[in-house]
Formats: sequence, structure tokens, C-alpha cells
Amino acid sequence: MSIASYIFGICSALLTLIVVVEMLRRGRLRERHAIWWLVAGALALVVGVFPGLLEWAAKLVGIGLPTNMVFFVSIAVLFLVCIQHSAELTKLENQTRVLAEEVALLDLRIAQQELASGTAEQGDEMNDKSGKRSNG
Amino acid sequence: MPTTFGRTLIVMPALNEHASVGSVVAEVLSTLPGVGCLVVDDGSTDTTGDVARAAGATVATLPFNLGVGGAMRLGFKYALRYGYDNVVQIDSDGQHDPRNVPALLEALAGADLVIGARFAGKGNYSVRGPRRWTMWMLAAILSRVAKTRLTDTTSGLKASGPRAVRLFAEHYPAEYLGDTIEALVMAARAGYTIRQVPASMRVRSGGTPSHHPIKAALYLGRAIVALTFALARPPAAKAIES
Repeated sequence: MSIASYIFGICSALLTLIVVVEMLRRGRLRERHAIWWLVAGALALVVGVFPGLLEWAAKLVGIGLPTNMVFFVSIAVLFLVCIQHSAELTKLENQTRVLAEEVALLDLRIAQQELASGTAEQGDEMNDKSGKRSNG
Repeated sequence: MPTTFGRTLIVMPALNEHASVGSVVAEVLSTLPGVGCLVVDDGSTDTTGDVARAAGATVATLPFNLGVGGAMRLGFKYALRYGYDNVVQIDSDGQHDPRNVPALLEALAGADLVIGARFAGKGNYSVRGPRRWTMWMLAAILSRVAKTRLTDTTSGLKASGPRAVRLFAEHYPAEYLGDTIEALVMAARAGYTIRQVPASMRVRSGGTPSHHPIKAALYLGRAIVALTFALARPPAAKAIES
């Protein structure tokens, strides 16, 4: 391995870590989502600084080419992150669904109360609005 | 029967059904005096909501399309909050005859969930090919799960009693085919009694069931997936019962 590729590896890992930490610091990434990226970045940094570790680990699990070890671990991490995202998406969809149901119920209740309290015109206006919104 | 009507909410999920929803609402209100009639406007882009309101129904407007499952869950929630004991689901395209409802409500006295079945000897509804085999397979498996003979498990005409309304207001499945297959499995798993009552159907005002082979095969596949996951899922009802 040349000095250039050694430095390149370390720099890439550092860049990844800096980006993740900076996003965490600014609140653009939540800890629970950042944890996998932090783990991946830290692993990349360790392997970048001590390439011997990679060869040792590859030999340990019986992978002939150490680079393949890198690919395997990378894909495994990406896979786990994807699954986590799918699970989060499902949860968010369920929450959105419940919110939509509640909004519809509240909308209906407001319209009914406005009608009951004698502001029939306003009530009609509301109904028109909800009609328009669903048209849009 | 009229006292039962007063405690019953008819829920009609409607997506762009402005052509038929008005007459269906009017027919429901005249055939079943005293019932509550809630049309759930499931993100329609036409005048469905206005037409239903003008016909005398209460209209709940969902901000976007949730599908039949989501619309029905809203209906069950509404029933629970406004004190209705029973919920009857009727399609807003006019294929269900409201005159079947009294028979469904009668059967509800001895059951928690009553299905208005299309093949049970009344009316003239027929389906051919793979879609029919799918329905047959679903009926066979779900009959075992529900411990009663069911011939039409995908019918949209259903009546739920008080216990089922409480369960469904929280847990009515929203996935594709969830409102038919998974809802039945859920109710059966909760130990609820499921019954089937013959119901006559009319020709749908818009479109006919698809008989395209690829679509039918897809339907079979999705039905099997839905059924498998419904059976594999941990029962949701325990918390409700206590």
C-alpha cells in the first residue's frame, strides 16, 4: 500500500465522521439514526490507521482477500440501516394515518358545533373549504 | 328493530363516488329509519362529500386517501365516541342493498361480526376463474380460523357488534385486503363469534370485478401474503378485553 492510499483512507473515514458528528451537533440527525453511521465511520478510521487489523480479521473469519471483508461489513451495515429506515417509515405512516383520522373527526366536530351554535353561514363556509381542500 | 336502528351507525367509505353516493345515502336513510349514516370521504377529488351531505349523511373528510381500512377505522372511532353500539359497513357504489341490513343486525344478537355473503343463495353475483379460486381458498381457510362456515370472506357488507367496534376502533387493519382477511382473523383470534348471512347484491354501477389473469394471479398472491401475516401476527385483542 502506498502512502497516498493510506492517507486517502484515513481522510475519507475522518470526513465521514466529521460530517456525521457535525449533523448531530446541529440537530439535523438524531442519535438513534446516527449510531450506525458513527460505527461505520469509526470502523473505517481504525482500519485506515491500522491496515494490519483488517488482514488479521479477514484471516480470522477465513476470508482470503481482506478487501472482501471491507465489502462484506459495508454491505451488512447498509443493510441494517435500510431495515431500520423501513421500520421507522412504517411507524411514521401509522402515526400519520392516526393523525388523519383524528383530523377528520375534529373537522367534523367543529363543523357540527358551528352549525349548532347558530353560525350556520360560517359552518357552510367551513364545509365549502373542506370540499375545496379535498379537491386540491 | 327501530330501537336497534337508533344504536346503529352505517359507515360508507367513499372515494370519488359522487354519481352513486347520494342515492345510496337516501336509500339507507329511508329503508332504515333512525340509523346514523356516516360517509367517510376518503380523499375524494370530486364532490362526493357535498353530495353525501346534501343527501343527509354526516360526512367525515379524510385529508388524504387512506384506503377502505383507514376509512373504516375512522368509522369505528366515530361510532365509539358518539355512542353507537353497532357499525354496518356498506359500499357507496350501490352494490349493497340496504334492505339486507335488518337481517345482519338480527344475526348480530348472537354474534360479534356478521358478514353479508354474496354466494349464499340470494341474489345473482358470480365470479369466475382464478379470482373465484382465491375466494374459495380464503373461505376454506378462514372458515377454519373462525370456526364457522364462511363462503364469502371478501364481502364489503359487514356488521360489527359492540365488542368488535371497540376492537376495530383501535386495531382495524389498514393494509391492502386487511379490511377483509385480517379483520376476520383478528376477530376470530379475539374469541369473537363470526356469522354469515346471505345477502343479495346488485350490479355495480361502475366497473366489474377484474378477470384479467395477471391481475387475478396478483390478487391471489397478495391474498396469501395477507393471510399468512394475519395468522402469524400476535393477537391484538387482549388489551381490549380487560
